[in-house]
Formats: sequence, C-alpha cells, structure tokens
Amino acid sequence: MTSRQALRIREMVKKEFRQLLRDPRTRAIIFVSPIIQLLMFGYAVNTDIRHTATFVVDHDATAASRRLIDAVTASGYFDITGRSQRPADLVKALDHGDALVGIEIPAGFARELALGRADVQIVVDGTESNSATVAQGYIQRIVREFALGYAVGADASAAGIDFRARAWYNPNLESRVYNVPAVIGMLIMLMCLLLTALAVVRERELGTLDQLRVSPLSPTELMLGKTLPVAVVALVDLVAVTLLAIVWFEVPMRGAPLAVLTAAVLYILSGLAIGLLISTVSKTQQEAFLSMFLFFQPAIILSGFFYPIESMPRIFQWLTVLNPVRHFLEIIRAVFLKGAGFGTLWPQYLALLALAAVVLGLAIVRFPRSMAS
Amino acid sequence: MNWTRLAAVSRKEMLQIRRDARSMYLAFILPLVLLMLFGYAITFDIRDISIAVLDRSHSAASRELVESFESSGYFTVVRYLDRLAQADAILTEGRARLVLVIPPDFTAALAAPGPATVQALLDGSDANTATIAMNYAEAIVAGFSARVTLVGGTLPLPVDAATRIWYNETLESRNMIVPGLIAVIMSIIAAMLTALTIAREWERGTMEQLAATPVHRLEIILGKLVPYVAIGLFDVAVAVVVGLVVFGVPLRGSVLLLGVMTTMFLLGALGLGIFISAAMKSQVLATQVAMLATFLPALLLSGFIFAIEPMPWILRAISRIVPARYYVTVTKGIFLKGVGIEVLAVDGLAMVIFAALGVALAIRVFHKEIA
Repeated sequence: MTSRQALRIREMVKKEFRQLLRDPRTRAIIFVSPIIQLLMFGYAVNTDIRHTATFVVDHDATAASRRLIDAVTASGYFDITGRSQRPADLVKALDHGDALVGIEIPAGFARELALGRADVQIVVDGTESNSATVAQGYIQRIVREFALGYAVGADASAAGIDFRARAWYNPNLESRVYNVPAVIGMLIMLMCLLLTALAVVRERELGTLDQLRVSPLSPTELMLGKTLPVAVVALVDLVAVTLLAIVWFEVPMRGAPLAVLTAAVLYILSGLAIGLLISTVSKTQQEAFLSMFLFFQPAIILSGFFYPIESMPRIFQWLTVLNPVRHFLEIIRAVFLKGAGFGTLWPQYLALLALAAVVLGLAIVRFPRSMAS
Repeated sequence: MNWTRLAAVSRKEMLQIRRDARSMYLAFILPLVLLMLFGYAITFDIRDISIAVLDRSHSAASRELVESFESSGYFTVVRYLDRLAQADAILTEGRARLVLVIPPDFTAALAAPGPATVQALLDGSDANTATIAMNYAEAIVAGFSARVTLVGGTLPLPVDAATRIWYNETLESRNMIVPGLIAVIMSIIAAMLTALTIAREWERGTMEQLAATPVHRLEIILGKLVPYVAIGLFDVAVAVVVGLVVFGVPLRGSVLLLGVMTTMFLLGALGLGIFISAAMKSQVLATQVAMLATFLPALLLSGFIFAIEPMPWILRAISRIVPARYYVTVTKGIFLKGVGIEVLAVDGLAMVIFAALGVALAIRVFHKEIA
C-alpha cells in the first residue's frame, strides 16, 4: 500500500466516522440501543421454570394431602396461586391463564394412600409446550418422591436405582447465562449489516456515490473506507455489551478474552462482507433493508439461538453450517461457559474463517462491478 | 369525512403497492416464507439428544438400561467411553450433552438391598435443553428401576399421579408456535410496510402534494390504513389455513372473534408504523426504529418464545405496551384453548385502545408535520 493510498483511505475513514457520529439519532442507534437491547433481552431470554402458578383443589383436606401440597411448593418450582373446592374453578384458572398447573386431590386420598392406591389428578397447560414438558417432569418427580418417602419411610434408598445427575458449567441450570452471549452475537450482526449496507446505499441514493466514483479513490479503497469505521464501531459495541453481560448479568467468563475477540473479528468481517453484498444488490435503502431482513431473520432462527440445532430437521441442520451466526454463537457460548479455547473450538473458527473469506471474496468481486454500473 | 375521497386514497395506495414488486413480496410472499421457515425449522420438541455412555459394568442389565435410553427416542448414543476422563472433553466440545456413567458393580448392586447408583453428567450450559434431558433421563431410569424392582417383588408406588396435558395434548411445539408466529409476522409486516411506504412519500415530497388536495387528513390516514388492513387480514387468513392444513394446528375457538381481534391489532400496529414513519420522516430511520420497536419486542417480549411471568417487573411492565403480547394471548387462546370473548375481553380491550391510540397518534403527527 502506497502512502497515497493510505492517505486516501484515512480521509475516507474520517469522512465515514464523521457521517456516522454526526447525527444524534444514528449515534443513539449505534451506542445506546445495543445496551438497552442487551438489558431488555438479557432479562427476557429466560426459560427457567420456577414459581409456576399452580391451582389446587384439595377435596381431601387431610394431613396427608397437605403434606403432598407442601412437597410441591417446597420444591420452589411451583407457587400456589389459588385454591378452591370446586373443580370448575380449576378449569377457569387454566382457561384464563391464571394458573399453568392444576392439582386435584380426590376425597379419601389419605385413606387410599394407606392402602397403597391413591391417585392425584394433575393438569398442565400445554400451550407452552416447552415449559409444560419441564413442569410435568418436575411435578411427576415430586409426587414420585412423595410416594417413595411414604412407602419406605424417610429412607428412599430401597428403590432400585439412585440416579444422580450433575450439571457441569452451569450447576444451577440458569438459562440466562446461555442466552445472553447469544444476544450479543445477534446485536453485533445486526449492527454490521445495518451500518454497512445502508451507508453504501444511502450514498447511491443521494448521488454522492457518483462523486466518490470520480474521485481518485479506487473501489477497494472505497470499500475499506466504508467498512473500517463500521468494524471499529462493532468492536466497541462488542466490548461494551460483553462487559455489561459479565458485570450486570454475571455471565461467567471462563475462557480467554482473546478467544472471543478472535472470533468476533472473523464474525464482524463476515457481517461487513454480507452488508457489502447486500449493498451491491440494492439500489435503494429500502431494498437494502428488506434484503438485510431476509438474511437476518433466517440467520437468527437457524443459529441455535432459541433451540438446539441437533433437533432441527436434517436439511436445516445442513443449512446452519453456512450460517456465521451459528458458529459465532457456539464459540462465544463455549468460551464463556465452558472456558473452551482454540483447541476444542477450531472447527468453528475454521468455519467462520472460511465463511468470512468466501463472502469477503464475493464482495470484493461484486462491489467494484456494482460501483461501475 | 367523505367516503369517495377515502376510497380514492385507498385505491392510490393499493396501486402503489401493486406496482412495487418489493412491497408485493413483503405483503404476500414473506409471511408465507416466515411461516414455513419457522414452522418447519423450529420445534422446541427436544429429541435425539446426543449422549455418551461409560459402561463399566458390561452386563446384561447395563446394556438393557442403555437400550431403554436409545429406544425412548429422546436420546441417541453417539459414543461409548472407556475412561471418565474422556467425559470432560466430549462435553466441552459439545459432542454429547449427557454422559451416562454405569458403575462396575451395577448388576450386584441391583440385586443387593441398597440402591445401585447411576450417574449422569450433563452439559448444563444450555440450561433449557439440559433440564429437559435430565427429566427424560430420570423418567427412563425410574421406569427401568420400577421394572427391576417389581421383578424383585416390591410393591408399586402408593400414589399414582395421573397427568393430563390440556389444550395441546401431545405437547407439540408447533401448536404453540404457529398461533404465536402469526402475531409476530403480522407485527413485522405491519410495521415494515407502513414504515417503508409512508416514509417514502415523505422523502419524495408527495405527502405535501397529497395534503394540498381537498382530502381531509383523517381520510388520508384511514385511506392509507384500509389497504394494509386488508392485506394483513388476507395474510392472517392464509396463515391460518396453512397452520390448519400443513401443520395440523387445531383451531378450537371462533374464527369471527379471531378476525375482529386481528383487525384491531392491525389497526394498532399500522398506526404505530405510520406514527414512526411520520415522526422519523426518513425511510432508513423509520425502518430501523420500526424494526427495533416491533420486531425484537414482538419476538422476545410477547410471550411467543419466552414466558412473560418470570421476567422482572420492569420488563413485564414494558411488555404491556407491546401490542403483540395481547395478540399472542388471543391467538393462543382462540386456537388452542378455544376460549371466547369472556376470557379474552381484557386483551381485546387493550388492542382496541392500541388501535385508537395508533390512529390518533398517526393523525396528530401527520397534522403537525404538514402544518
């Protein structure tokens, strides 16, 4: 790179920074909105099942039935939010969504329990199939333990198998520490796409791209000038939201910051390149925005953000391999929670590198051509 | 208010949408694409969880236990380990989510009076999947345990918990996703369409031309709303048919109620879109704000994927001003629970308020900008 080139790129970068940071609304979108979004979505992305609203109809009202209800509440998974003697109230509570679980203990429960043949009716609202599966599992376990405790006294060990499950990396099984890093990945990608694609297309719309074209800037210099400021902004955002995740949401950072940073650089590169590609196929900002959306939405769905990739249909699993968001989320989650490094995550790094190289290559080929037209 | 003028504005808007390929795509193709993508790709049903097995017993009993994991359909054994030390690597690399450890004395311990211990090491980083996997594993082990001990002559457990699942009996996530998805898609489409088309009119200066005509501003706003409401209703109808026919989602409540509620929701969402685009006046900012103000909240704060109850109070408060939240409750209620207005009255009222507010805000901002 000659000193002239360096000078031209520097001036272009300066101009871009000035454009990015001049408008207070754009400034807010760049620096304030990621923080607000992380705070909001960090709290929202919580799939822990605790304190599930539970409605109880206890026809028996004996010491035994109360002990069962106590066992249900003592677990911390269920809160009794309503009681009644009429089963119709239970139906109403579930219909209105005031309770997600209903427990009905029939009259004569204590008597039947002594004979070893008691029943309990449990109703779970299945509209949230995910929470319902978990809540159902918890309540069945509680009832089983209650029954075992009753059958063999305090010593439940007479049962055939003592099953001990231990969760590594996240012993309390909090969903937040897993989802907050994913929100970071989502925000960074959104930022890269928005700023790159719209910055180029805006100039095209305003006609200032023609001015740039007749300037001594080569297409490569123009491309660098457009993307470097966005890369800097994205990195600043990444550091800010990552610190917020660690300090505010107490997401453990077990791996090396360098491992996240390396992945972030590759990820941002691919985001910028996709942004450039979008700008090459869009004449107006509207078109750019729509195309961006068409990429962003499936990329988030197929990233494993909300739900594990291995449970997707096979064809979607293959598609996810082409998705940089997927690889970045795998890296950032594993580095944060498992303390993993390059040693275990090299396939993801490699995939990210390959994807970044391919889209960047495409952008380098297509961008000058789209400038010429 | 003059109906002829209102109709003229609507016709002009309709023509503009029809001529613009992207608007047509946004209005008619994108909702279907999203529905198919979400409907097929997202199922929260956790199946085929990959597990590794460290079988130190190598006995008929241990093989039977592993077999009951495999035959459950929830687990796939991807690897047999020789040493416990391998568990660490396989969990860190994420090649298995659960490592099942069967002790050497498994058969002997089963026969002896005390319990036999089976250990499970879980990758807890994805807490949600881990919890579900743990529940499945516990159920499988308990079933196995019951079979073994029953053969040994122990009595069955004295309490029988008969669990029934209501509204979504098979616990299929598709049944919950499709109704919620309709709400999310509608809020995206509504905001994007209006943000794009109306901000464009500001940018091109044709809004001033429109304002200079004898058309009253209420007629302009309503005339602009009508085509989008029609498109939205059409989209919802298509989505409902696809949901019923392709995905087999039950529709238990009143179709009429769904139509009325959808209209209210669309009016509110479109009003918000007009308000944003009039306030921002630039297409870029309008679309960005529309995206931030509708898409992400509709996805994350509507109860579509993440339940609202466990959120902190401030987010629960914010979710109250997300129209999609009420609409998600309504669609799930009508589709799955089959409830009517007696249950959904509050949500319906909230949406009527949003609709009134959205249109009022749109007219106000519009008036100010023209003047």
